[in-house]
Amino acid sequence: MSSEYLIEVEDLKQYFPIKTGFFKTTPLKAVDGVTFQIKPGETLGLVGESGCGKTTVGRSILRLYEPTSGTVKFRGEEITAKNMAEHRKNMQMVFQDPYSSLNPRMTVEDIIGEPLDVHKLYTNKAERREKILGLMELVGLNAEHATRYAHEFSGGQRQRIGIARALAVNPQFIVCDEAVSALDVSIQAQVINMFEDLQEKLGVAYLFIAHDLLVVRHISNRIAVMYLGKIVEIGDADEVYDHPIHPYTESLLSAVPIPDPVIAKQSKRIVLTGDVPSPMRMPSGCPFRTRCRYATAKCEEICPSLEDKGNGHMVACHNR
Amino acid sequence: MEKQLEKDTLPKKSVLSAQINLEKFDFSDNAFEKATEEEKRQQDVMSESTTFFKDGMKKLMKNPLAVMSIVVLVFILAVIVVAPHVVPYSYSQIISVNGKRDKTAKNLKPFQYSENELKYMAEGGKVFPHIMGTDAQCRDYFIRVVYGTRVSLAVGIFASVLVLIIGLLYGSISGYLGGKVDLIMMRIVDIIYSLPDMLVIILLSVVLDETLKAAIEGTALSKLGTNMISLFIVYGLLYWVGMARLVRGQILTIKNNEYVLAAKTTGAKTGRIIKKHILPNCVSVIFISTALQVPSAIFTESYLSFLGLGVAAPMPSLGSLANAAREGLQSYPYKLWIPAVVICLIVLSFNLLGDGLRDAFDPKLKK
Repeated sequence: MSSEYLIEVEDLKQYFPIKTGFFKTTPLKAVDGVTFQIKPGETLGLVGESGCGKTTVGRSILRLYEPTSGTVKFRGEEITAKNMAEHRKNMQMVFQDPYSSLNPRMTVEDIIGEPLDVHKLYTNKAERREKILGLMELVGLNAEHATRYAHEFSGGQRQRIGIARALAVNPQFIVCDEAVSALDVSIQAQVINMFEDLQEKLGVAYLFIAHDLLVVRHISNRIAVMYLGKIVEIGDADEVYDHPIHPYTESLLSAVPIPDPVIAKQSKRIVLTGDVPSPMRMPSGCPFRTRCRYATAKCEEICPSLEDKGNGHMVACHNR
Repeated sequence: MEKQLEKDTLPKKSVLSAQINLEKFDFSDNAFEKATEEEKRQQDVMSESTTFFKDGMKKLMKNPLAVMSIVVLVFILAVIVVAPHVVPYSYSQIISVNGKRDKTAKNLKPFQYSENELKYMAEGGKVFPHIMGTDAQCRDYFIRVVYGTRVSLAVGIFASVLVLIIGLLYGSISGYLGGKVDLIMMRIVDIIYSLPDMLVIILLSVVLDETLKAAIEGTALSKLGTNMISLFIVYGLLYWVGMARLVRGQILTIKNNEYVLAAKTTGAKTGRIIKKHILPNCVSVIFISTALQVPSAIFTESYLSFLGLGVAAPMPSLGSLANAAREGLQSYPYKLWIPAVVICLIVLSFNLLGDGLRDAFDPKLKK
């Protein structure tokens, strides 16, 4: 089977049981019915505030959590717990924290070589070393760094090691889980440029999870906005940025700092009232209605589903 | 080429602004030169690569207390290995001169010779000096202390290894599997924690005395006696719980690190994750707490021996030597002093070494 899409996520749900009483458990709906597709060589940006389930989506796709329901397809083939072992070669992940994502007791060579060891992608030691050095060069590390330990590197270099590890198995899809959030701005730029270069060279697709909206706009072809475990808006990056339709996206974008103080003074910030509801006690109907300025009685009863507003720009809102 | 910056095109600096005054800089062509390849490379050179072990040992060697305790332990170890080959007496041998039992060699002072020995020496015979004198049964006290130290150290190390093995297995299973398994395993640990260990040792040594005597007949263990076997059993039954808790806690924290998640993402199996990622990262903490377990085991053995529940006579241990010295405390106080000081030295050295190891190797204390 083949498909136009590299990754198809359909109605993915990830609930975590939380003990609320002595015998009672309430499901925490971290991801609640998420559907999206990624084409080969494409970057999908996933944005949303803290705790809205961005990271969980990434981890569920890679089966680091067993999804409660829903399917993930890779090139049209459904991924199950059984065939995941093979698919680990096709899908990889770059982690948020470059400090805790590298084992402090392993040399750079062993860290990058681990996926090669696991999948036995070499015939002899010399080939292993050659492959590792090739990967290090690809991400801009010196060959002489191979025998060093992770703690001897700066944040940016560590993130490069993490990226080299993800690239070791020649994946076609990489989940970048806030891969640049822990780095300072100048290093962020370097790493982002590297992501783009690698995409050009190797044709990998990214699911780029971040909360920095400007970074996401820069790197993504399409953007999905998440709120409380649901995608509320998805579409082409420029389309979503220039013409946000969902009220949540609107307020999110209005909060992006503008570097020019003159323009910043003129722009109007849409401030949301109230807090994010607890994902254990979700509001009825539309999850955003408690903070939405357009909310009506209909929002209270029926949860809006994603509707195409033209050019593949999908929005889940009754009123816009 | 890049645009030439002209002084008059530069923005005018306001007097109050904290901006750098660009007019003071020379922007002519040769004011800046490009960094050479050599200079660029130098930026990249980092400090000498060290392994975790080298780094830790370097720190350990800077700690004077730890170095001192290593010296003391090595000295004690050398003495108990070498002394039995040099001193011609054995721990159970009553001193005899020229093939005859020497009844006069009772309770000698250090380096003192008995009447028979002096006579024998006058006739031209050679007698090895009694470095620490002799005891009430005419046995050389120095060699008894040496053997007592051997027994105490062996018991301490063996008991710690026993605790380590059981605690490591139990704790890692509990910590890695988590969930309900962890819950049940840890409640068992809580129950065992509440048992009074001394009482169990005494009860076991009484109850198991007959059965064990028959079982260990003729083996090397029979010299140690049934009490020691019950001590080991009690260590195996009760004392591992502390180690199990420690290992579980370590594994719980390491398990949630992102590098374990990363290993899972690459498709690594559970065995590989435990071997490559989890154990290497908690091994130092486990090693240190084993080093701290040794003195506690020696201490337990010593006071059990002091209470008369220790090794079987005539095998000495430091505790039983101290107990025997009580009888002549007024006349021969040094007989209590010597084993007591050796116990103190061993326990103190192990404790200080353990502390030093923790300071040097614990990643949490790393600056």
